Formats: sequence, C-alpha cells, structure tokens
Amino acid sequence: MKKFILKFAVFGILSVAVGLLLTQPKTIDDDEIAGVTSDAARGEAVFYQGGCASCHAAPGATGDAKMVLSGGRKFPSPFGTFIAPNISNHPVRGIGNWSDIDLINAMIYGTSPERRHYYPAFPYTSYARATVPDIIDLRAFLATLPASDTPSQPHDVGFPFNVRFLLGGWKLLFYSQGPVIDAAALSEAAQRGQKIVEGLGHCSECHTPRNMLGGLKKSRWMAGAPNPEGKGFVPNLTPHKDGPGWSQRDIAEYLKSGFTPEFDTAGSLMVDVIENTSKLTDQDRLDIAAYLLALPPRARQ
Amino acid sequence: MKTIKIITAAMLSLSLTAGAALADSHLQRAINARQSLMGLYLFNIGTLGAMAQGKLDYDAAAASVAAKNLALLSSINQSAMWPEGSNNFDLDNVTRAKPEIWDNFADLAVKQQGLVAATGAMEAAAGGGLDSLRGAIGGLGGACSACHKAYRGEELK
Repeated sequence: MKKFILKFAVFGILSVAVGLLLTQPKTIDDDEIAGVTSDAARGEAVFYQGGCASCHAAPGATGDAKMVLSGGRKFPSPFGTFIAPNISNHPVRGIGNWSDIDLINAMIYGTSPERRHYYPAFPYTSYARATVPDIIDLRAFLATLPASDTPSQPHDVGFPFNVRFLLGGWKLLFYSQGPVIDAAALSEAAQRGQKIVEGLGHCSECHTPRNMLGGLKKSRWMAGAPNPEGKGFVPNLTPHKDGPGWSQRDIAEYLKSGFTPEFDTAGSLMVDVIENTSKLTDQDRLDIAAYLLALPPRARQ
Repeated sequence: MKTIKIITAAMLSLSLTAGAALADSHLQRAINARQSLMGLYLFNIGTLGAMAQGKLDYDAAAASVAAKNLALLSSINQSAMWPEGSNNFDLDNVTRAKPEIWDNFADLAVKQQGLVAATGAMEAAAGGGLDSLRGAIGGLGGACSACHKAYRGEELK
C-alpha cells in the first residue's frame, strides 16, 4: 500500500511538472531578431491587415480618432466580457516602452512582457502566422501614433476563466502556427491570400465556429458561425452551393467599397473590417478573394 | 398509438415555437415598411453603382432619375416605422435593427442628415458624366455604412 502511494505521488508530481513545462508562456529568443531592420511605412500596411484600431480605438471613435489606441471597447463572449487594453504610445498606460521582442511575444505567442498568457480574445491564434519582420515593422509604426493616458480596464471574466494559468492548457489544445489549408493545393494568388486571411487578417476568428472551450473548429474552416457578440450569424465564406456565389471581383470590390454585388452595403461588424481592408492594395484584395474561392466548401451548421 | 404520435408531434411543435417571440401585426407592418424603403434605396443605388463599376453603360438621364429618387426617399419621415420593441433583441428573425437605435434617436437624426447630404451630392453629380458620378458614389456608401455600423445587427440566416 505504501509503495503504491509513493509511486502515485511521484507520478502525480511528474505529471504536474511536465504539464507546467508544456504550458509555459512561449517567448522568442533575442538572436532570432538580430539584424532585422524596421520600416514604419511597411508597418502601416501591417496595421491595416491586422486591424488593430478596430478593437483598440475608443468605442465609437471615427476618422483620425481611430489612431488613438486608448482601448475600452467591450467584447462580450460566453466566457465573460473582455475589454481591449490601451496600446497607444504612452510609456506607462500604453505600450510605449515595449521592445520589438515584447510585441512579437504578445502577437505571435500570446505572452505578455510579465510572462503571462493573454486571452485569445486577442487573436494571437491567427497573428501566430505573422512574420517577425511584420511585427518589427508594426512596432515602428505604432511608435509614430499618439499616446493616450486612459488606463486599461480589467476583463470582466468569472471563475474558472479568470485563472490565466489555465490558458497554457488551452494553447496546447488550440494554438498552432502552421497553415490550416494545404498551401500546395493553392494557386500563387491564393497562397498570398492565405498569408493574409489565416494570419494578420484573422478572418477565421469570426467566420469559423468554435467548440465549447472556445477553440476554432477547423473542420468547418470559414464556414460561418453565430455572432459571438450577440444576435444573428456571421456568414459562410466558403464557396458552398447554398451561398450567394460571389466572384473574385465581387469579393475584392466588397472589401474595397463595402458594396455587395446587389449594392447593399456592409453592416454591422464588417464595416469595421472594411475600414481596414479598403486600405490594402487591389492585389491584396484579389488574393484574399482567390483564397476564399479555393476553400473546401462547407455548409454553415 | 396513433393518438400518442399526434399528441407528441403537437407538443414538439409547440415547444419549438415557444421560444420565438412573434412580432405582433403593428410591429410587423412597421418592419415591412422600413425594409421596403431600404429596398427602394437598393433599387436606385443599384443603377448608380452598376454604372460606376462599368457593369451598366453610363446614361445621364437614367442616372439623374435614380439620384433624384434617392434624394426624395432619404427625406421621407420614418418616425412611424420604428416603433418600440421592433428590434432584434426582443424579436427573433424578423429584423436586424439593434436596440441601441431607441437609446440614440439624436444620433440617428444626425446620420439621416448625412444620408440627405450624400444623396444631394449625388443628385448634383449624377448627370454630369461618369467621372462625376464615380466621385459621389463613395459618399453614398459611406452614409449607408455609418448607420449600418452602429445600428444594424448581423445577418438573420
């Protein structure tokens, strides 16, 4: 009996140790960014691909005010309400004193400078596929934006979801840096589109349904989902026979002007998205469309 | 056995509809009216947008007619079309109008003025050549989006 208890205890301690090791917040090494130079002009393109202002600008901000990333916008979810933090250039209230590595760890690994896990309401599960040069360019661009001293508000999340440490386990299950669709099966244009859509564009975070733990259901990739913030549905973007059958030009035009082929206009959550996609290049939008048209057709459940 | 099956079927279908809030007829009439108004916007913008995108040959007369229609439509008094309770939170699957509308009538009035201004600009520009029309179409899209962004919910199906 004693021997059994001892073995059980050793096994238990080892399991916990391995678990802790596997779920440690990941970070990047200094030498991985050695020699990479930054370009704030290219960073601006990254800013629009990533859609930073749509979540981090103050609620209701329009025009130039959208460049003040003071946070405060609320994101209700089945796990609680998340509140976007201040990521303006303020050295204390914002991320003004973050290094390139801090931003890479945050966006690609979901790890804070204090080595804690971020909630995946911040879509690092998509940003994971961005490149290190992208993030370094973005850091340079963010440094050109105004500073705001609005304090970040804590998330309104109850037990057990407020135990950040558990997110390590969530990441083990649901975080991956690999491509979702097999790139070899895609045209060149669709491969370029894949980098945007599966990466900085983070389209799947709304357009793919989630399981009970909040992980994306990759078997229904981009096939539409219930609106995570309230009523209605986010549309199916795969070329399914029940869908509206938009062409590549239709999709690219919509992402530029917000006009559907029938000349309805986008609304509601897509208006934010189009404020960003309208700032991409025509080729970017055609490439995004090429990727969408190459997706495996799935019905929305 | 047959009776049991019928009763079971009846109870099942009752329980399926129990959750949905059905719009009473005065709310439904208002919803139908405003959706028809949006449909008329759509019909006229369709002509202008198709010309702007080169899907339809530019025709100054047809463009002017569509633009004038839009200007008239945008100034219709809609106050009776937005009764309390006709929102997507209280009603299931009949409207995309968000409850925020009823807390923000002042802002709604500002946005309607924006639409009036944009349709006025299009009315002035539509007959003056394709480039002139193209110059005004972005403003129209922007005026539509301004309201949709704040007050229209996600798709119903």
